[in-house]
Amino acid sequence: MNSPSTELTRRMAIYEQFHHISRWGDAFNVDNSPNTGSSTIVPADVRLNNKAEYISCEQVEPSISDQETNKPADKIQRRLAQNREAARKSRLRKKAYVQQLESSRLKLAQLEQELERARQQGIYKSGASGAGGFGLPATVNSGITAFEMEYTHWVEEQNRQICELRTALAAHVTDIELRILVESGLNHYCNLFRMKADAAKADVFYLISGIWRTSAERFFHWIGGFRPSEILNVVVPQIEPLTDQQHLEVCNLRQSSQQAEDALSQGVDKLQQSLAEDVASGLCSGNYRAQMVAAIDKLEGLENFVSQADHLRQQTLQQMVRILTTRQAARGFLAMGEYFHRLRALSSLWAARPRESA
Amino acid sequence: MHCQTGSRGTYVPTSRTIAGDPLERIERLASENAVVIFSVSSCCMCHAIKRLFCGMGVNPTVYELDEDPRGKDMEKALMRLLGNSPAVPVVFIGGKLVGAMDRVMASHINGTLVPLLKQAGALWL
Repeated sequence: MNSPSTELTRRMAIYEQFHHISRWGDAFNVDNSPNTGSSTIVPADVRLNNKAEYISCEQVEPSISDQETNKPADKIQRRLAQNREAARKSRLRKKAYVQQLESSRLKLAQLEQELERARQQGIYKSGASGAGGFGLPATVNSGITAFEMEYTHWVEEQNRQICELRTALAAHVTDIELRILVESGLNHYCNLFRMKADAAKADVFYLISGIWRTSAERFFHWIGGFRPSEILNVVVPQIEPLTDQQHLEVCNLRQSSQQAEDALSQGVDKLQQSLAEDVASGLCSGNYRAQMVAAIDKLEGLENFVSQADHLRQQTLQQMVRILTTRQAARGFLAMGEYFHRLRALSSLWAARPRESA
Repeated sequence: MHCQTGSRGTYVPTSRTIAGDPLERIERLASENAVVIFSVSSCCMCHAIKRLFCGMGVNPTVYELDEDPRGKDMEKALMRLLGNSPAVPVVFIGGKLVGAMDRVMASHINGTLVPLLKQAGALWL
């Protein structure tokens, strides 16, 4: 039995003369290079080295009947075009895969660098004094380590989405495509809140401190993240004009998010106050076990506040999407993403600015 | 008194007063005022929810369960009602259960809280 590749060569040689007669691609393309082909129904996982086998399986029947001398030629041409297309797509996929590998390699190197830097800064030093190396503190740290890595990826994906939004809006794509981008943007934030919920269980102080964000972002930090009303202030001017109805709804949203923020802030203030009272009771008497127990209870309440704050952020974003048209929402997400991107860039610029020597 | 089964799961013996069942007491108290909050005085999230309503110009009726002799039972009943989350804070508006902090905030953000308050007569604007 012939090997698949010689079969292929033989058939291509025989039917070469029919090449220009029955090509599907003629309707769409001008040039006759073998790489242009019609879009066909090709199985997604057809690989370059399986192409020959694919051809040989499919081309068994045409040589049977004499009455179908033109049909086999058509079929062969169609198959050849399909295979060329499959080969082209396979090459593109391979190229994309290699590019992805390259960028992942860079990302990995970057992450390793950051880890090393962070290790040197002592972020990973075990919090428990004298508790030993690999007990509970190690587990707590690994939850935070995981969050840090995930967050780095999150930011990169965010930047990619911003670019995609900008391109899509400039290209005036359809509302359906914009809708998809808006939904991805919303989902991306929901992913962040999920990640933060896990990190809060590992160490709520870490989230509250804002050390996972850049310095300029940290300046605006509120209960573990961005302030919803601040986002509205940033976004709304960028998505004018609004209808009267929208204006009203945006006003209401601004007001309700502000009220919710104030309420949570006051709750956290009360928590701070009672925590201080718990820790400070009986300072001179020395014995503090009962106070520590009460304090731990309060700290668990802090987790609750971070969770409610993230919930508020999510609700505000969802309501914003509800109020706005798809195009406005897309511009809103673009504005928001760009805003945080600039804050991050500002932090880098600030850190790198030349300072006078002492 | 008849036997109560199902989600309440409490059997109330005839010797107890009508107000003995904690859930019934909760419902009775909730229907007496437009906005009713069940709270614990040391709970900071409860403080936050009180501030939220006050900030909106609403005057809620607050029951501190840690200051009530039957508070423990009511806390347990609320926990069962909400399904395992912390029992407090819980908000009732117009006698109907709205929920804990997250439900209240979500309904405020999506604009359904204010109409609910107006309907219950807790807000006039």
